[in-house]
Amino acid sequence: MLKKIAIVAGLGLLLSAAAEAQTPRKGGTIRMTAPYGSSFSSMDIHTTQRAQDEIYAKGLHRSLYIWDSAEGKPVPELAKDATVSGGGLVYTFRLRDDAYFHNGRKMTADDVIFSFNRIMDGSKAYPGARFVRVIKGAAEVEKGQAKEISGLKKIDDFTLEMTLTEKVDPAFYFWNALTSIYPADEAVKESFIQKPIGLGPFKFVEHVPGSRIVLERWEKFYKPGKPYADRLIISVMGEAAARDVAFRNKEIDTSVLGPAQYVAYQADPNLKGTIAEVAEVFTRHMGMNPSFKPFADKRVRQAINYAIDTDLIINKLVKGKAYRATSWLPLTSPLYDKTMKPYAYDPAKAKQLLSEAGYPNGFEFEWTTSSNESWGLPIVEAIIPMLAKVGITVKVKQVETAVLAEVIRKGEFQAYVYSMASGPDPAAALKCFYSKTPPSACNYTNFNNADFDKLIDDAGQTDDGAKRDQLLKKANALLYDEAPVWFFNYNKAVMAVQPWLKGIQLNATELTHQNVEDLWVDETSPAK
Amino acid sequence: MLAFLIRRLLQAVPTVLAVVLVVFVLFSVVPGSIMSSMDGDGRGATDAQVMERMRKQLGLDDPIYVRFGAYISKLAMGDLGTSFRTREPVTSMLAKRMWPTLQLIFAAMTFAILIGVPLGFIAALRPGSLADTLSMVVAVSGLSMAKFWLGLLLMYLFALKLGWLPSFGYGDGGLKYLLLPAVTLGVSPMALLARTTRAAVLEIMTADFVRTARSKGMSETRVVKWHVMRNALVIILTAIGLQFGALMGQAVVVEKLFSWPGIGSLLVDSVLQRDIPTVQGSIFVVVLFFLAINMAIDLLYGVIDPRIRYS
Repeated sequence: MLKKIAIVAGLGLLLSAAAEAQTPRKGGTIRMTAPYGSSFSSMDIHTTQRAQDEIYAKGLHRSLYIWDSAEGKPVPELAKDATVSGGGLVYTFRLRDDAYFHNGRKMTADDVIFSFNRIMDGSKAYPGARFVRVIKGAAEVEKGQAKEISGLKKIDDFTLEMTLTEKVDPAFYFWNALTSIYPADEAVKESFIQKPIGLGPFKFVEHVPGSRIVLERWEKFYKPGKPYADRLIISVMGEAAARDVAFRNKEIDTSVLGPAQYVAYQADPNLKGTIAEVAEVFTRHMGMNPSFKPFADKRVRQAINYAIDTDLIINKLVKGKAYRATSWLPLTSPLYDKTMKPYAYDPAKAKQLLSEAGYPNGFEFEWTTSSNESWGLPIVEAIIPMLAKVGITVKVKQVETAVLAEVIRKGEFQAYVYSMASGPDPAAALKCFYSKTPPSACNYTNFNNADFDKLIDDAGQTDDGAKRDQLLKKANALLYDEAPVWFFNYNKAVMAVQPWLKGIQLNATELTHQNVEDLWVDETSPAK
Repeated sequence: MLAFLIRRLLQAVPTVLAVVLVVFVLFSVVPGSIMSSMDGDGRGATDAQVMERMRKQLGLDDPIYVRFGAYISKLAMGDLGTSFRTREPVTSMLAKRMWPTLQLIFAAMTFAILIGVPLGFIAALRPGSLADTLSMVVAVSGLSMAKFWLGLLLMYLFALKLGWLPSFGYGDGGLKYLLLPAVTLGVSPMALLARTTRAAVLEIMTADFVRTARSKGMSETRVVKWHVMRNALVIILTAIGLQFGALMGQAVVVEKLFSWPGIGSLLVDSVLQRDIPTVQGSIFVVVLFFLAINMAIDLLYGVIDPRIRYS
């Protein structure tokens, strides 16, 4: 199903079947851009969970699993496969025996154990700890109560046994760069951060902080014939206007587009065919704090959903660069329910619900927002008159994005507007509304509903995959009815891709994160 | 001169300390932290336990005076701390960024001086002429144009339309990569220098000693060269010194626009991500640069005008 959605959602000339059918060309240089800031945070990918940093990490590093955009799920990468035992808690991984680090040494189970122990070093506070903590004994290492994770056992050099603390699919925990496997002998050296060594298809050449990272093909990469390109250059380009000029000037091969550029590129016959787009697993929403009395009432929250002309905002303000949200799980989620319909724009119904809730004359609330063009202040400003129509007055409080995250986490808001990951794991995404998930984790609206909790609990306990999916779908539908948030949209990620760059994957987790070994450039590329 | 230098260095100490204190206090009270900035792109909340450990590890739970004391004692040893973001020493991060920033600033000032000062002279020597009007139009335009917009215009013209220069990046650090950002950054000081030079020269042209020189039969070239230019240079030099320092701050926009790997772009990202040691370190370096340039200008006064004594 995901494959179908991706095909529908992602369109672009260069992605056409004809282009894919060509024989990949060896050689050349791929010139990608990192658009989320003026620099990379760190060359130690264990320390950073920024989308910006994972762009280069896709070239340098590898984890046990990898995101497969076509399948819409993580698939084995360094792990060849896994057998499950112990009531779904013990996974025995067969590891690749042909994966070589960029220093020429073969990866073994010791490297996996070293990497996970490193991530759990409590004194370093690595963000990947939240994934590795699912392994038995990892939390003890983090607290300094143990030196090694007891749930990891080396059977032989290429077999690893992993005991989990709960019944989850480890694929969703060990696929991104935060859990990259480092070489045990090299990662302890101070020089490692200056010249990182990984298992990825490209090896490190240079990093000019604030400008670019250059990588070159790793000849001993374990996938035969890959990577195709000789070099991969990732330029840091935080300014959309500068990226636009560079893209038109054929100096870069990829450029992420914002709403205004999306419109301009669609209107330009020379650029229209360069657009690749996908529904990313991010749900934009307005969270409502139930400790603010009006928002404790479901009818008020539903009234907000009815009072806002969401389609108008998506079409006019977001310039169509979004998909209307019909609940929490996004379009590219494996459990997206296409039968669900969005709240209609119905101010009369909103007024009626407000009256029933005891607010016939409306009320006033403070709305905390960032300046983000797609889900921040411009959106709030457009909504103010819509809510005023049903008697609700909005007081705007604008803060920086970094501050907004803190405000939300601490619950210091009456309402906020935000873009939040709602995938790829639907269970994890829905667990953000589980009553035992604290607001400081991701239950920002402090949602507490016994029926919802039961569905999540039942889904976690069943071994029947189909039943589990059904329960989670029900939870998603219940969430929509309870409306702890105004369901705004799912992000439509848009990237312009030069016609000579082939193999772009419509990655719903983040479009800029490409499995770079699958990319190749044809002979028309102007880069040497 | 040595006594003058020592005195100026001692005078600089309270300035530096004041800046360090203000920046420290400011970034200790503004909302947001490195942990919350990690959630900024909404890819998933940073784990609460990880955040707690980070706060402890980075000393963010300590009272502000404890943190400031620790910072100052480290600073006294030349240690600017460790970046919250990259976990690298701030000094090594700044060292990597220093050369590109200096390249950019010196290139921009060279452009500003080479164009702005002659432009101002020409305008002042023929006040009210077409040359005066045109040069002042250039000056006013240069002052009023936003750097971001000007940079884009230059990119559009010289990269996209003419194809002469790359539109972004550091490349090998060579001239073709430097030109556009340097001109973008240099236009504003060029305009200011043109106006300052014009005003200075016009004022000196009416001074008594210039009239005396003319009445003694000195040629106009000699008057301009020996009396006007020399005296105007003190004023121009002051403007150059101030502009040099200011360019460190102004480079932020240009570095970001052109993906130039300098201290400016480092500072922007560090502020946004609340990487306090790097923000403090970057501002510290900017302040030191500003003080050093102004001290150098003070010394140059004496070279240009021997009447100026360092006592």
